[in-house]
Amino acid sequence: MKKSLILAAGVIAAPTAASAGTITVTIPRIAVSEYHVPYLAAWIEPVGGGAARTLAVWYDVDKVGNEPGTKWLADLRTWWRKGGRSLKLPANGVSGATRAPGAHRIPIPANIKPGAYTLHVEAAREDGGRELVSQPLTIPAANGKASGKSELSAIVISAR
Amino acid sequence: MTAKFFLLAAVAGIAAPAAAHNAWLLPSTTVLSDTVQSVTVDMGASTAPFEPNHQPLPAENVKVWAPDGSMGKVENASRGRYRSTFDVKIDKPGTWRIGMENNGIGGTFKVNGEPWMVGRRRGPAPAPAPAPGAAPGAPPAGQGMMPPPGAPAGAPGAGGPGAGGSGAGGPAGAPSGRPQIDPSHIVATVDEIPAGATDLALTETVGRNEFFVTAGEPSDALLKPTGKGLEFVPVTLPTDLVSNEPGQFRFLVDGKPAAGLEVEVIPGGRRYKERDQTQKLKTDAQGLLTVNWPGAGFYWLNASLTDEKPSNPKAAKRRMSYTATLEVLAP
Repeated sequence: MKKSLILAAGVIAAPTAASAGTITVTIPRIAVSEYHVPYLAAWIEPVGGGAARTLAVWYDVDKVGNEPGTKWLADLRTWWRKGGRSLKLPANGVSGATRAPGAHRIPIPANIKPGAYTLHVEAAREDGGRELVSQPLTIPAANGKASGKSELSAIVISAR
Repeated sequence: MTAKFFLLAAVAGIAAPAAAHNAWLLPSTTVLSDTVQSVTVDMGASTAPFEPNHQPLPAENVKVWAPDGSMGKVENASRGRYRSTFDVKIDKPGTWRIGMENNGIGGTFKVNGEPWMVGRRRGPAPAPAPAPGAAPGAPPAGQGMMPPPGAPAGAPGAGGPGAGGSGAGGPAGAPSGRPQIDPSHIVATVDEIPAGATDLALTETVGRNEFFVTAGEPSDALLKPTGKGLEFVPVTLPTDLVSNEPGQFRFLVDGKPAAGLEVEVIPGGRRYKERDQTQKLKTDAQGLLTVNWPGAGFYWLNASLTDEKPSNPKAAKRRMSYTATLEVLAP
């Protein structure tokens, strides 16, 4: 577990801007004959209400044609409604390719105003399920942890 | 009694699919994330919404209002035994309205004491007039929704709930026992009423039956009220509905709040539910309707209202109806 964290951290390029913390999202390995990596979105919403800000959205960026990778973004249905649909994709520093099972770091941008937020992580998998995990997040980030049950495993917030 | 029957028959002849049979549209989806896709839609009339077991409806009568104010197209229309299908290319971002409008006048009058009617002619047309209803897409009186031949009386409006009547879906022509007006005493439109007609008992029917699709970000260009007739003005966007949040919609009549309006909300999938989850709700003093959804899925929402403010001075009454198919997602 720890090893995979370090590995993942090494694989993902470090953000150039300073970050206000890190969210580590773990995509579980699921033993099914037809496995497709999930689409995943992570976003925050101010507790007192206000616009959602997408921190990451992982989808089939390169797929074009009649059924481009964007076609299934609405399957991340809560993210889509809360803010995904107003995001112009691809979004620099936010959108990226789908990720394999394992732990992946999402830096919290340094320019997020201090305050109380809710972090949402939603994953939807072709021929699989969908799961939304929500947990409180304060900026500057304090350590926190949540876990999904099916499409998501541990979601860890760390101050650095 | 007979007058009432004729009135019902005439009004139903204009607009109703069948007694107690509701017109419905069922899209494949209502939320799209790009503008290179289509929605495919089933439409029909049946007792329970979205169950294709009675009659198809003509896809030719469907209109497509694109978010930029242009008209979209119905494609690949086909008519099955129990339901029609068609596709609509959702090639522009924003919120679309897709559905049927009907607008007509029906009823009875007398000429020299003989009963006449305005509405749909049953049986063969007298020469040389063309047979109304023979050609799809060319209804005689400009109505949006024509019933199948022999559709019985009882449910005016665009898919309004049945107001009674029996003998659904009979064959063409009047079944035995039904009072019949001499075909030469039927006119298609109000304008054809002969001079000297008396005892005018005409009802104007205005109805709309539709659903909404949003590609990308929603837009409200098509959701602004026009101030005419019974209107549905979303407070919660109709493509933003989630089962754990109430949906709110305002109803207006001629631009003013429709207070105390009864609105029926029926979920699809009746066969798979232990209990009929039909809700009969009422708008508040501001015309606002609040709907708590028993679960995710497609819903059929219907309201109708009769008043005495027809736009045509020859009609005494105006019967308005509004129907929407709404998709409610799980949170």
